Amino acid sequence: MADLEIRDLTVQVEDKVILKGANLTLSKGEVHALMGPNGSGKSTLANVLMGNPFYQVVKGEVLYKGQDLLAMSPDERARRGLFIAFQYPVSIPGVTMSSFLRTAVSARRGYDKELMPVGEFQKLLKQKMDELKIEPAIVSRYVNEGFSGGEKKRAEILQMAMLEPEIAIMDETDSGLDIDSVKVVSDGVNRMLERAKGAMGILLITHYSRILHFIKPSYVHVMFDGRFVVSGGPDLAEELEQSGYEGIKAQFEVIAAEVQAEGAVRRAGKVFWVAH
Amino acid sequence: MAVTNQLGIDPDKYKWGFHDPEKYVYKSRKGLDREIVEMISSMKNEPEWMRAYRLHSLEHFQQRPMPVWGANLAQIDFNDIYYYLKPTEKKERSWDEVPENIKNTFEKLGIPEAERKFLAGAGAQYESESVYHNLKEEWEKLGVIFLDTDSALREHPDIVREYFGTVVPPEDNKLAALNSAVWSGGSFVYVPAGVHVDIPLQAYFRINAQNMGQFERTLIICEPGSYVHYVEGCTAPIYTTDSLHSAVVEIIVKEGARCRYTTIQNWSTNTYNLVTKRAVAYRDATMEWIDGNLGSKITMKYPSVYMVEPGAKAEILSVAFAGRGQHQDPGGKVIHAAPHTQSVIVSKSIAKDGGRAGYRGLVKIYSGANGSKSAVRCDALILDDQSRSDTYPTMEIDEQDVSITHEATVSKVSDEQLFYLMSRGVKADEAMNMIVRGFVEPIVKELPLEYAVELNRLIALEMEGSVG
Ligand SMILES: Nc1ncnc2c1ncn2[C@@H]1O[C@H](COP(=O)(O)OP(=O)(O)O)[C@@H](O)[C@H]1O
Ligand SMILES: [Mg+2]
Repeated sequence: MADLEIRDLTVQVEDKVILKGANLTLSKGEVHALMGPNGSGKSTLANVLMGNPFYQVVKGEVLYKGQDLLAMSPDERARRGLFIAFQYPVSIPGVTMSSFLRTAVSARRGYDKELMPVGEFQKLLKQKMDELKIEPAIVSRYVNEGFSGGEKKRAEILQMAMLEPEIAIMDETDSGLDIDSVKVVSDGVNRMLERAKGAMGILLITHYSRILHFIKPSYVHVMFDGRFVVSGGPDLAEELEQSGYEGIKAQFEVIAAEVQAEGAVRRAGKVFWVAH
Repeated sequence: MAVTNQLGIDPDKYKWGFHDPEKYVYKSRKGLDREIVEMISSMKNEPEWMRAYRLHSLEHFQQRPMPVWGANLAQIDFNDIYYYLKPTEKKERSWDEVPENIKNTFEKLGIPEAERKFLAGAGAQYESESVYHNLKEEWEKLGVIFLDTDSALREHPDIVREYFGTVVPPEDNKLAALNSAVWSGGSFVYVPAGVHVDIPLQAYFRINAQNMGQFERTLIICEPGSYVHYVEGCTAPIYTTDSLHSAVVEIIVKEGARCRYTTIQNWSTNTYNLVTKRAVAYRDATMEWIDGNLGSKITMKYPSVYMVEPGAKAEILSVAFAGRGQHQDPGGKVIHAAPHTQSVIVSKSIAKDGGRAGYRGLVKIYSGANGSKSAVRCDALILDDQSRSDTYPTMEIDEQDVSITHEATVSKVSDEQLFYLMSRGVKADEAMNMIVRGFVEPIVKELPLEYAVELNRLIALEMEGSVG
């Protein structure tokens, strides 16, 4: 059984259905790229996996290491090794990055009443900041408060490095980063993968294939209008780069129309469609 | 034949017009009248002027109606209060009588045993003697006077008389009149010209029955160019069966001097905490009030600064936390009565479990106070749907050439923030705590470290059970 199994996941926000039956399996040791145009539901999927209460799951299930993920609170998911690097991290005024990180790492490492010893924490933090080329000053600032777009993204990766997740979702971490930063972040992630020796899997959400030159995915999926419409190997990303989403969109629309009429499951070429 | 008048007083007793206050034998009883006030004064062996001052204040108190513009004070029964108890008469409560929740709070805050008993009213006195003693010697070398106000009136009658009641006259408000009539204890601080007192003067070191009374009276005089930081209270809950705390604090900050007055108080939830705090700041002087209000049933407290000469500055920072059944009505007043004066007010209030917390403030700029600046910021954080926040900012601006900003926010703890913290493994209640701590951080970071740590712990306790 895969470590993460998403089955027929259907999600809505207020009255709008956003995910329309998503299916995906992902295991530790694998890197899955998730691509798709803006608004297709990638961030929604990421947030639902982490337990954002804003989204309502109306159908489907998610198993994490064989257990019902959707029944767990977000903090429990995190303590069990799930992580998300947010596309739009929120700021927490008045709470310093370092106190936040210490609380978070302590929780992840199973400290219950007290926190991880400060010396040990500082050492870990320094090592991770060095590796990710992060300005030490950032940890005495308030969480994401007044951070530039790039600083926010790097801070998310710092958290990922500190928490050593088993399954990490990276939601458009590359957007808004210049090429040098993409490289630093990618190096950092590759180092995490190496150190984990197969004990970490990544769902790498991206709008562009740029980052996939640095972090090599084993699988590539394309999401469109709340569904996974294409899955393939690393070459799919290349194809997409050539044809853009327009090519997929055209195929998708043809088949969607046919399926509407037939009410059946259809698969043509790489695009498939499941009617509900 | 003895003639007894209607009041049952034997006129013979008074035929010599003899009045000897020494002869009163003080009998503790509830209620307030001339006799009680006279007794208080005679018990304390006070000079005649103070006795007259108290009686005058009493008259004013009796005539003045209760303020109705703020929190609901209708339930205070002034006749059901002991206005003075001789220190020896103060009933010692046994430790067993102290409520369990108060004991638990001491435990969680890690308050040392000796202090616990005192704070709960179950020990007569607590002084951390050795620390205090060394400090006291240092202060004395500098000419600094730091005494309880009763002792100051005996030992330095001229200074006390010169300043007492000059900043907060009895006519100021009903509760100030009450305090002026029955005051007891409080601190007296005198800092000579040019002297900087490096270590905060902490009333905490000196807590004793006198000092933590219901009607304490504090007077601080900063001579030109001096500096002092006075810290009052402590974050441990002050457990008292007295239902009314009504203090008056007067501060005089002379040319170029700076005074910072920090209060962290956590009254038990049956207490009405109605305090008048005011400072006068002269040329280029700076007055800073830092005020943390937790506990109590109702707190009404608006530290104020009268900037009466050019270049005076005022800063008022306050935090209030209102839980179930509590109404925190803090705020601040700044009076710009001279050119180029500057003020900053920052107020942070938190309401939870149906509590009410808010801000009530006044910025007054007199005509002629040109070039003055005032910035007011009040933020309210509401933790659930039953709680509320009220903001009453008043501005009276009679001068054109001024710069004024006012910002007010009312926010709820956002689900997005909670989710963000929880997505890192932080449990819901701790996430809520972190957000609340962050909210008050701009003020907490102004506190001496040990107070900051205690305040954070205390907020965590107040927050307990507010989630889930
Ligand atoms: N918080 C939200 N409120 C309302 N609509 C939302 C919210 N989040 C996402 N949506 C809607 O859901 C759809 C998918 O959005 P999203 O998951 O962010 O897509 P992607 O990450 O692929 O760009 C969009 O139509 C978007 O408008
Ligand atoms: Mg997105």
